[in-house]
Amino acid sequence: MNNVFLIAGNELRRLFKSPLAWVILATVQFLVAIFFYLLLSQYMQPASAGTGLTEVVVSGMYQISGVVILMVSPLLTMRLITEERRLGTIKLLYSSPISITELVAGKYLAMSVFYILILAMISLMPASLLFGTQLDLGQIASGLIGLILLTSSFAAIGLFISSMTKQASTAAISTFGVLFLLWIINIAGTNASETTAAIFSYLSLLKHYTNLLNGVFNSTDVLFYIFVSLFFILLTIWRLDAERTHG
Amino acid sequence: MENEILISVQELSRLYGDQHAIENVSFNVHRGEILGFLGPNGAGKSTTMQIICGVLAANHGSVSIAGYDINESPQQAKEHIGFLPEQPPLYDDLTVDEYLIYAGKLRGIEKDAIAEAVELSKERCGLENSGSRLIQNLSKGYKQRVGIAQAIIHSPAVIILDEPTSGLDPIQIREIRELMLELSEDHSVILSTHILSEVQSLCDRVMIINQGQIVLDKTMEQLQNDSDKTDHIEIALHNPPALEELLNIEGVASAESNHKDILRINFIPDTDATEAIVEKAATEKWGLYKLNPRDSSLESIFMQLTYGDGTPPAEEQTDNE
Repeated sequence: MNNVFLIAGNELRRLFKSPLAWVILATVQFLVAIFFYLLLSQYMQPASAGTGLTEVVVSGMYQISGVVILMVSPLLTMRLITEERRLGTIKLLYSSPISITELVAGKYLAMSVFYILILAMISLMPASLLFGTQLDLGQIASGLIGLILLTSSFAAIGLFISSMTKQASTAAISTFGVLFLLWIINIAGTNASETTAAIFSYLSLLKHYTNLLNGVFNSTDVLFYIFVSLFFILLTIWRLDAERTHG
Repeated sequence: MENEILISVQELSRLYGDQHAIENVSFNVHRGEILGFLGPNGAGKSTTMQIICGVLAANHGSVSIAGYDINESPQQAKEHIGFLPEQPPLYDDLTVDEYLIYAGKLRGIEKDAIAEAVELSKERCGLENSGSRLIQNLSKGYKQRVGIAQAIIHSPAVIILDEPTSGLDPIQIREIRELMLELSEDHSVILSTHILSEVQSLCDRVMIINQGQIVLDKTMEQLQNDSDKTDHIEIALHNPPALEELLNIEGVASAESNHKDILRINFIPDTDATEAIVEKAATEKWGLYKLNPRDSSLESIFMQLTYGDGTPPAEEQTDNE
């Protein structure tokens, strides 16, 4: 377990040494702040009387945050394994007494911590509303958990794709493609038969997230994200292991 | 303890596609031994080293380090390995200290011992004053030193260095040599290199690998003895006789005329006809003006074993690693 923290710690340290981490934090914060302001001013219009503050502003903001993070996420995850290959440091890791599972878990943990940091930063905005009014904290918690689970699955998918390629840019584009596809896949099923539509909509990352955002805490939605993360982590471990034998 | 086997490699094979990168490679390295690994590019040196360190997996065969099998108990085996790949595995956005601390922890050094280990390995590699420098700002030679420092930081039983002296200037090379002699006292060292003189001055044992197979595995002493025995000489004569006359001399197996009037005379195995030839040349007034004993340096052995006839082949397929 120590090795997992060691890998994660080094990953985060190097992330924050580069401007990338700071630029991503700033960009996400800025974009989400614009939406937060727009949602808040919309709520202040007399026309929206009778709607809930939490539902319109907070959930709305979290929903947009999911999309914003989806777009920057490939840039964060692209270098996870590709850069170790480029620098040759993967040989340092492989010749050290740590297992591939520990390596992959450490990388995943580092990304998850970074996403939680992004979420903590953007959550400061709705938290500021607490000074003037009351919010449905239960719904916020449910949405936040949804966002954590969602971003963790971004991390796992990005990690896997990073382990497949040699070039960071290839990893970034592919990750973006896959994440975007999984996001909108439920639309693909709208004109198909009922079963197909159900399958597509079940696979959509968005669908499960929306439930949680609305305060519907359903264990199947939570399990869906945990399953996606575990699945891609396992694939990464297999992929790296196979590379030692065949690559 | 002196003869304890620290590295045991048994029947190692590794395929890239259908091509054997290495085939049926077996050898042992004892404590205190420095093994020089020679071979042309693409011969399988790096592949073999990476398999020993667990970076690559073998398709067949086994490796054990200090008694631990690299596949069955990788954790224990790898604790005893220090590895410097061809390209030093450095994070260029870290400082030397940060990097070495990380490498030391990866290699399993306890928290309380880490500062001391970093200091010691920096001192050994001449990095005392570079601790707070960013790795990306270091020169190639210094990067190589950091690479060596990470390989010895945990004082492993087995040190494996892939071309440790590449990119270093002659003074640094000498320092590295001294360091390796110091290290070899109670470790095993395997190092690969292209520089033959380095092997001669440094190693106890030489292994030449060509096309994935070991073609020579001898101690320096054995090589020395071999080179004292000659199986041919080269002479130059002002008035060369017919070749048949030379063949009549006792102990001569064959003679051939080389370029530039040099005659190469091969002896019947285990005989030395040098004296007889010189005598004959004097009495027959052949005008002997040059006599070269067989050149049996490591270089010519290397050339013979890897290229067969001593001339490098035309552009061959390059390294596939």
